[in-house]
Amino acid sequence: MEKKNTIESSELVDINSIQAINRRSVRQRLREYKKSPLSLVLFLFVILAAVVTFAVLLFLIGYILVKGIPNLSLDLFSWNYSTENQSMMPALISTIFMTLLSLIIAVPLGIGAAIYLVEYARRGNKIVGAVRMAAETLSGVPSIVYGLFGMLFFVTTLHWGYSLLAGAFTLAIMILPLVMRTTEEALLAVPDMLREGSFGLGAGKLRTVFKIVLPSAVPGILAGVILAIGRIVGETAALIYTSGTVAAVPKTPMSSARTLAVHMYALTDNGLYMEQAYATAVVLLIVVLVINFLSAVLAKRVAAKSIER
Amino acid sequence: MKQRVLELVFRILFLIAALASILAVILICIFLFANGFPPMAEIGVFDFLFGMDWSPVDVPPSFGIFPMIVGSLYVTAGAIIIGVPIGILTAVFMAKFCPKRLYRPLKPAVELLAGIPSIVYGFFGMVVLVPLVRELFDSKGASILTASILLGIMILPTIIGVSESAIRAVPNSYYEGALALGASHERSVFFVMLPAAKSGIMAGIVLGIGRAIGETMAVMMVAGNQARMPDSILEGVRTLTANIVMEMGYAADLHREALIATAVVLFVFILIINLCFSLLKRRMK
Repeated sequence: MEKKNTIESSELVDINSIQAINRRSVRQRLREYKKSPLSLVLFLFVILAAVVTFAVLLFLIGYILVKGIPNLSLDLFSWNYSTENQSMMPALISTIFMTLLSLIIAVPLGIGAAIYLVEYARRGNKIVGAVRMAAETLSGVPSIVYGLFGMLFFVTTLHWGYSLLAGAFTLAIMILPLVMRTTEEALLAVPDMLREGSFGLGAGKLRTVFKIVLPSAVPGILAGVILAIGRIVGETAALIYTSGTVAAVPKTPMSSARTLAVHMYALTDNGLYMEQAYATAVVLLIVVLVINFLSAVLAKRVAAKSIER
Repeated sequence: MKQRVLELVFRILFLIAALASILAVILICIFLFANGFPPMAEIGVFDFLFGMDWSPVDVPPSFGIFPMIVGSLYVTAGAIIIGVPIGILTAVFMAKFCPKRLYRPLKPAVELLAGIPSIVYGFFGMVVLVPLVRELFDSKGASILTASILLGIMILPTIIGVSESAIRAVPNSYYEGALALGASHERSVFFVMLPAAKSGIMAGIVLGIGRAIGETMAVMMVAGNQARMPDSILEGVRTLTANIVMEMGYAADLHREALIATAVVLFVFILIINLCFSLLKRRMK
């Protein structure tokens, strides 16, 4: 009894006061730097690099916003694209369709694959290694190579022509490793306790996966899907030769359509429509900012949850 | 019984989903190689890879992609020279110098840097960097230097992300041991922790090289795209990626096939880089 009490009282000491001893004043630091000028140089380099990195980011965003927002006009959001009015509305709508189509193809595949890897495959399964290697290879392939493959396979060999569908399949392959990896991580973060509890109550494997494991992994999976949306919205090179560059609202999945990023490329390509390109850049940048914010919020929720446990 | 069938059906469905990525890799290899090797053989592998002259619409045409290979290597090397020091130092800042209060907004900022579309980077390069280089060096503006700076910025998030987690993976006892021996904070970080995180940082650099060599739109918008050997870093250059995008739209017959063969060369580069990356990652563990 006595012993326990002493342990508790020692724990009562304010931790902050201990750390405060370790904290150095500016003057102390200067004295240390005087002793070792190399440390000062290294310190300055580190600070300089960080300042450069974040200044570049701020400057880029600020520049595009400041120069672009005055160029945003209602005309740019009218329904039809014409040579007089380079409306980005059709491109916006195509982007939404393209995103939905790609996700419909890639998300079930990615989640299914992750479920297989985490829940079904036994350790040392040869398929797991092969799938991991394939996913790693896919995530390193540049988008232009995806574009050429999409053109050779979907557009030419399958005779789909330049179409939303060809573009969506190409992008689906591109985001597949991303969806797979984030889902895998989300599934691995689900504690085994939950699975054991479910089995203990007599649920089968399938029911455990769908009713217990997947629901608790949803925020993590969603964060991955949102990142994938960011990739889709920003992609250009993989789409120019798969979904083509027609600037009209697509009527069917087989019609050619340009997404916002491709639209922006088309505007800058001939150098005639810089104002419209600025405006498109603003819209793209805002979409990316929103997407990053959402995925950060979700990731924070996942982290908070895992700490609770 | 019904339950059992259902279990089996879903087990197979999940397996098929897992095999999808393997199928995708196989399809990509088959289609690229099947379409890329015949034209290479027709042109002559040596003439294609080391030919100095790319004039696909001349009579007779000439398909030498050596200037483009060199172009890709130059801008990638430039991007590494600019991006790697800044990236590693920023990673050190994030892992060891950054106050917690500052870290919370800065970490998403690095992710944002990775999320900005390459077409926006390219546009930024076109309207800011190209005029800047033109003014500063009294040259044409669109050049190896411009492309290197832009690519250097674009590979920053990759290098920062991988290096930061590599530094964080070094056991804290290394750092504490160095401090206890009298080293300053900076010396402990740079001379004890960084060497210990070496292979992780290398993996980040290799990943950055892959990003830089495969980047298409942004490079195309600032590199000038002249398909000849450059004499200085202030001259324009064309990369393998830019060559494909620029000419695929109107190319026909052998010209078109030569462009696909260009993609094969790029793909082989990427496969080699991927292999290096996985080897480094394995060594990390």
